[in-house]
Amino acid sequence: MMKNLKTVLGIGVVAAAAFFIVAADHIDAPAVQGGNSDITDFYAFQGENTSNLVFATNLQGLLSPATTGSAMFDENVLIEINIDNTGDNVEDLVIQAIPRDGKMYFFGPIAPSQTGLNSTIETSSTVGGVVDITAYGSSANIATNGGMSFFAGPRDDPFFFDFAQYSEIIAGNESSFNMPGADTFAGSNVLSIVVEVPKSMIGGSGSINTWVESKRK
Amino acid sequence: MKTIKILSLTLLSLLAFNCSNDDDTQITYPEGPDFSGTYAQEDQMGRPAVNTVFTSSASKDMFNVTTPSMQNAAFQSMFETNLLALSPAYADGGLNALGQDAAAFTGLLATDVLNVSLDGTTTFYDGTNLLTGRTLSDDVITVELLLIFGGEDFSEYPGLSNDNVDANDKTFLTSFPYLATPW
Repeated sequence: MMKNLKTVLGIGVVAAAAFFIVAADHIDAPAVQGGNSDITDFYAFQGENTSNLVFATNLQGLLSPATTGSAMFDENVLIEINIDNTGDNVEDLVIQAIPRDGKMYFFGPIAPSQTGLNSTIETSSTVGGVVDITAYGSSANIATNGGMSFFAGPRDDPFFFDFAQYSEIIAGNESSFNMPGADTFAGSNVLSIVVEVPKSMIGGSGSINTWVESKRK
Repeated sequence: MKTIKILSLTLLSLLAFNCSNDDDTQITYPEGPDFSGTYAQEDQMGRPAVNTVFTSSASKDMFNVTTPSMQNAAFQSMFETNLLALSPAYADGGLNALGQDAAAFTGLLATDVLNVSLDGTTTFYDGTNLLTGRTLSDDVITVELLLIFGGEDFSEYPGLSNDNVDANDKTFLTSFPYLATPW
C-alpha cells in the first residue's frame, strides 16, 4: 500500500515540486519570487463590526526579525483588491493601495476605469484614505475615513504549515506528516496591507468573488 | 516707429514674463504625490496554494497574468492532470468529500478567486460552512490536504491529509488590524 502510494507520489513530483519551497502563495512563481511584488497570502473575512468586511494582503514573506526593519513597500508596486459581485469573475470594483513617501494611499472601492492586467490609479475616487506606514517595532498606525479602516506595515505571518515535512514526503523520504507537525513559518514576518470596508460599499449582501493583484509601473 | 513701439512692448513683456517666471521658481507650491502611469500585473492570488500546487512549474508565471475569467479554459486540464499525479485518492473515479471527481474539483480551483459571503460567517471551512471567505485562523492547508488526499469522507491517507499544524504561532487580535505584531 505505502509502496504504491510512494510510487504515485513519485510520479507527482513534477506537479508538486514547487511545494518544496513555497506555501500559500509565497514565492509562487519565478518572475515574482523573493521580490517586493510577491503576494504571500490573501484573506477576506467579516470584521469585528459584522457590517464590515476585512481584506488582508501580505507581501514579501519569510522576513526574519533581522530583515523586517529594512523591508519596504515599493512605490512602483500597486496592490489591487478585485471584487466581482456579479458572478462573472471580472472585477466590478477595486480597492487600490499604493505607497508614497512613508504613507499608504487607498483608492476605492470604485469601478475601475479598465479591467484586466493593466491598471491606472483611480485618483478620482471619492472613497478611500491614507495611513502612515507603521515602522517595525512601532505600535500600529490605524487611519479611518468614511467608515473604512486602513493599516500598512510589518506583521507576523499568519500562515502556518509544516511544509518542511511535506517536502520530505514529496521527495519520497517520508511517508506521512509528523504528530505534532512543525510550523515552518513560525517566527517570520510579512508586510501587510489591511483594509476594512462597510459591506454596503461592495454589494451589501449575497456573495462576492475576490482576488488580489500586484502590478508594477 | 509704430513697429518699434510694438517690438519694444513685446520685448518688455517677454522680459517681464521671464522675470515673473524666475520668481515662480522660488515659490514652492504644494504638490500631491504622482499617481500617474500604467501598472502592469505581476502576481495575483485568490485561494491559498492554488498556483503553488496545481500549476506546472513552467506555467506559474503565466497563471499569474491570466485573468480569473480566463483561467478555467487555460488551466483546468493541467490542474486535473497534476492532481491525478499527486494524489491516489482520485484514481478509479475517486471523489473528495465534496462529492467531486478530479475534473470537478480542479474546475472549481482553476478559477482562482476567493468566494466570500457578505451575510455571515466567513471561513475557508469550519466543519459547517465551506468557501465563504478566509479568516486568519483557518487551517487552509489541512482543508486542502483533506480535499486532495482525504477521499470521500476525509478518511483516506490520514498521514497525508493533515500536517498537524493547526494554528498560528501568535494569537490574532480581535480588533483591526487583526494580524499579530511582528516577531
